[in-house]
Parts: sequence; structure tokens; C-alpha cells
Amino acid sequence: MVILQLTISGISLGCIYALIALGFVLIYKATETVNFAQGELMMLGAFSGLVLMKMVGLPFWAAALIAVVGMGGFGFLVERIAIRPILGQPQFTVVMLTIGLGYVLRGLITMIPGIGSDTNTLEVPYKGVVWNMSGLVLSAEQLAIILITAVLCLGLYLMFRYSKIGIAMQAASQNQIAAYYMGIPVKRLNGLVWGLSAAVAALAGLLLAPITFVHANMGYIGLKAFPAAVVGGFGSLPGAIVGGLVIGIVESFAGFYLPEGFKDIAAYVVVLIMLVLKPTGLFGGSVRKKV
Amino acid sequence: MRFIFKTDYVQDINLVKHRGQLFWYGLLLLALLTAPLWATSYWLSQLNFVLIYGVAGLGLMLLAGYTGLASIGHAAFFGVGAYTEAYLATKGWPFPLSMLAAGALSAAVGVVVGLPALRIKGMYLAIATLSFGFIVEEALARWESVTGGNSGMAVKVPEIWGWELKSSESFYWLSLAVALLVTLAVLNLLRSSTGRAFIAIRDSEISAQSMGIQLARYKTVAFALSAVIVGLAGALYAHKLRFISPEQFGITQSVELLLLVVVGGLGSVHGAYLGAIFIITMPQLISLAKDHLPPAIGQATGLQSVVFGLVLMAFVLFEPMGLYGRWLKIRTYLELFPIYRKGMFKRQKSFQKSEQQK
Repeated sequence: MVILQLTISGISLGCIYALIALGFVLIYKATETVNFAQGELMMLGAFSGLVLMKMVGLPFWAAALIAVVGMGGFGFLVERIAIRPILGQPQFTVVMLTIGLGYVLRGLITMIPGIGSDTNTLEVPYKGVVWNMSGLVLSAEQLAIILITAVLCLGLYLMFRYSKIGIAMQAASQNQIAAYYMGIPVKRLNGLVWGLSAAVAALAGLLLAPITFVHANMGYIGLKAFPAAVVGGFGSLPGAIVGGLVIGIVESFAGFYLPEGFKDIAAYVVVLIMLVLKPTGLFGGSVRKKV
Repeated sequence: MRFIFKTDYVQDINLVKHRGQLFWYGLLLLALLTAPLWATSYWLSQLNFVLIYGVAGLGLMLLAGYTGLASIGHAAFFGVGAYTEAYLATKGWPFPLSMLAAGALSAAVGVVVGLPALRIKGMYLAIATLSFGFIVEEALARWESVTGGNSGMAVKVPEIWGWELKSSESFYWLSLAVALLVTLAVLNLLRSSTGRAFIAIRDSEISAQSMGIQLARYKTVAFALSAVIVGLAGALYAHKLRFISPEQFGITQSVELLLLVVVGGLGSVHGAYLGAIFIITMPQLISLAKDHLPPAIGQATGLQSVVFGLVLMAFVLFEPMGLYGRWLKIRTYLELFPIYRKGMFKRQKSFQKSEQQK
């Protein structure tokens, strides 16, 4: 029973990692750049939900919807203003740029009067609902995370499989120049991918908020999504989900069975082992660059 | 305008290119040597921090700026150096020996990180070093018998066979000596075949390999040397602060070191020191500006991170060659006065080279 309980809490945490990792992978596949500010986008999503509820007084569902859509727009803008001018520069440039962006977002949040530098709780309608099934404790927060992640994955799968824009995104990620010659507006698509990934991050933030708190440094969880993305293979969307779940479950078991302190670094140990054994990840193909 | 006509190879690799350089660097050295005479104790202490961060920056510069391997976990080496020094100093080792040991241990750790780094590159390497940094930070916090855990550890005054470097002046001279030696060592390294191999690897791994450079060997060497230098800086840092705790060597410190090399100018020795000056003076300027800002902004805890983030973004977007690059442009403008062209330092746009297979 303990094992089942740990697995469920691991999966629900893993879903958060998976959602953030999904954001990395979406951006990586589209533009071959890594967004180190993904955790901060998640934090911003949670904060915008909080502000809409506390200061504007909207109900949770409306606030969540507006936050997710608004963050999508924000991601689009970030791509347009900051990322597009340095397209074609080495990867490291974008890494530094997004690290800077993360710093700015984290700092700006603390300037919101009243709530910026505090730890806040997000009042969700399903907070505190717990089911007890013969020793197995299920909380509504965990179930909500798992269900919404599953629905989102299905939605993304359908989008990439059947919709025109999804197929265009796939084409652009496979070969940008060829896609451009086929009449696909690659630049606009890159902006849309950034928007999509920011919206996914905002959703992750809103889902995470009930089980932790909303505070300026919650974006550091985003750093744990890197191991998730690498374990799954950086360029693979299903890989990001599986990697997130693996990291979540490993962490939850490490917290229970191993001495204190191992829980926080379990994800990093896993990723280092993975990089030594199979650098391409579980789902990544072997890549050999041609001269 | 000065024209240097090079007639032989030795002239090409000379450290001092012309008399003017000899004069200006001599003047700088003189000013630094006599700093305790003209600087107040506050500025001397700041100068000392600049030297320490400059050495650490040189270490990262060697790896990120010259070998092209970006590391987001360099504070780990900084921490290993600092803790080794602190531990050995309490055991009564004289500081030349304990500093060498700090460098050596840091190098050993660097080789361990470098080994997986041989198979991976680009952002995988960044993530590997990031993970490694977290693991080292956690290890420093948990290995309480040696490091004192999260409550931190006091560091003794550096001591060599009974002679203690108590005053801030004598410690400043120690830092200056280390900084000078390290800078000279790096300059000499960069004109040797090893240093040139590093630069070749940075510019193109594939062409470096086809020229007969063993990637595995040189990347490990780069990691080890970079770790030695950062470890030495860590040892000085421990003595300067007199108190160290694990959270000083976390991700924030790593990013600060990266900020240092990017702002200073990737791929230049000057850049390490210019970046160090920036890192040390920026918080002072921010605290000066605090009183003139509206309280919601001025008193916010995140003000410094906003400024650092904005500066980093601005440099990446508008001045990728850093402070040293800006200086080069100004100097070239003045030297060529009426005929400077705008595009002289323009970055070449490389067409996006895909690393994905399908």
C-alpha cells in the first residue's frame, strides 16, 4: 500500500515536471534553443492566477483560463522581442538570454505590493478534498494534476496529428528551410510555439499551486524539469512526459526510503547516470552530425 | 595609428606586443602594488574581491570563452576549493600547501565532471554541469563532519609556518600575487599548443578533430585547468570572507560567474577582470540608487536580480563581445578616426545548423 501511495504522489509530482519539460521540448524542437526561464513562466502563470483571484476577484476557473491564455500571449511577445533578434546565434547565447529573462521575471514579481515577496496560497475550489480508500489516501489536488495532464497530452497529440497548424509545426521542426519553401510562415510558428509552451507552463503553475505555495522562487522547480527532459530524450514530446513521470516517481521513493537530502538531488543523480549511459535519452534517436 | 610589422613567429606569440602595452600594464601593476598606500580599507577590500572574482572568472573563461564548453555549475569547483582550504587551514597546514591541495582536489573533481562531458555537448553539457552543481551543494550541506553543514564554517587566517597574514594589506598582496601568477599562466597557456587546441575546439569540433586534436584529452584538460583556477579562487574567497556556508556555492553563484564572463566579454582575459569589476560594483550602485527609486521598486528584494537580468539580456542582445569588446570598438574607432566602418565587428550569422536528425 505504501508503494502504491508513493507511486501516486510521484506521478502527480511527475506530471508537473512533465508539463514543464513539455514546454522545453516544444521550444527545443521548434527553434533548437533551450529556454531556461520555463520555470519562471510557470511561476508567472501561478501569480497571474493569484492576482486575478485576489485583486480582481474572479472565480477560480475564469482566473485560470485568463491566466493560461494571457501567458500564451506573453510567450508570443517574448519570442518576438527577445528571441527573434538573436536567431541563428550559438545555442549558448539563448541560454544566457533566457537565464537573464528568468532573473528579471523573478525580480519583477517581488515588486508586486503585498503579495510579491510573500508565500501565498491559491484558493482552489477542490482544495482539501480527500478520499480514503482502504488505507490509500487520494487528494483531489493530485487527481486534478494527473487528469488535466492526461487531457492536455491527448489534446496536444490530436493537435500535432490532425490540425493544420500542428502539422506545420512538425514540418518546421524537422527542417526549417524546407518548411519555409513550402510556404509555412516559420517565424510566426516559432512565436506560436513559444506561446503554446508558456501556456502549458502557466497551466503547470496553476496545478502546482494548491500542493505547494505561490512564491517568487517557485520557478526553481523548473530546473528539475531539465533532468526530466533529458531522461526522455530532449527532442521527444512523449519522452518529456515519460521522463517527468520517471523523475517524479524516483524522487518520491527516494524521499521515503533514502536518508534526508537525497530527495532533492535524486533527479540530478538520475540525469547524470542517464547522460553517462545513454546521452540521447529513452526516446531520442542516435544523432550523428554530418560534416 | 601604430603599425606592427611582424617578421618572425616569436614576435607573433610575444606576450607584450609593443612598448605602449609595456608602459600601460606596468603602470597598472604599479597602481595595484601600491594600492594599500592610496586606497581606503573599504576600497582595498573591494579591490581584493575584484581580484578573487577575476581569478574565478579566468577559470570559467578558459572553459566557456576559450574551449566553448559552457558550464552552469562552476560554483561547485569554487565551493570545493573554498571548503578544502578551510578544512586544511583548521588542520594547521601552511597556506601555500593547502591552496595547492585545494586546486588539486578541485581539478580531480573537474576531471570527474569532464569525463561524461566528453560524450555530450551543447545544452546537454550545461544540464550535466547544472546537475553536478546541485549535487555538490547538497554534499557540502550534508557532510557535516567536515563542512559543518548548513550552519557554515569559520575559516582561519592564512598562516605559513607561524607567520599569520592578519592584516588586510598582507592578504591583498597574497591575492594580487595569486591573480598575477594565474593571469600569466593563462596567457602562456593560450599561446601554447594546448591553448590553441582549446580555441580550435571552440571554433569547430569537427575541424579540430580532423586536424589531429584529441577531443577527449583536451576537453578533460580544459575542465581540469578551469577547475584548478576556480578552486584557487575559492580558497582565497574562503579566507577573505572568513565564514563559508553551502548556499554561497549554489546556482546563484554559478549564474553570477557566467554573468561575469558574458558581461566582461567571452574569449578575452581582460574580460574576466572587467566582468569582476562589474559584479563587485553593481550591487553598490544599486544600493546607492535605492533611495532615489519609489519604495515599491527600491525596497523590493528582487531589485538586484532584475538589474542583473536586464544587464545580461542587454549584453547578449546588443553587445555580445562584452565590455572588452566595447573597449576594442572604441579604441579602433579612435585609431582609425575618420574611416571606421560600422560593420567591422559585426557578428557573422551562422545559418541554423540543425543537430536534429529528422
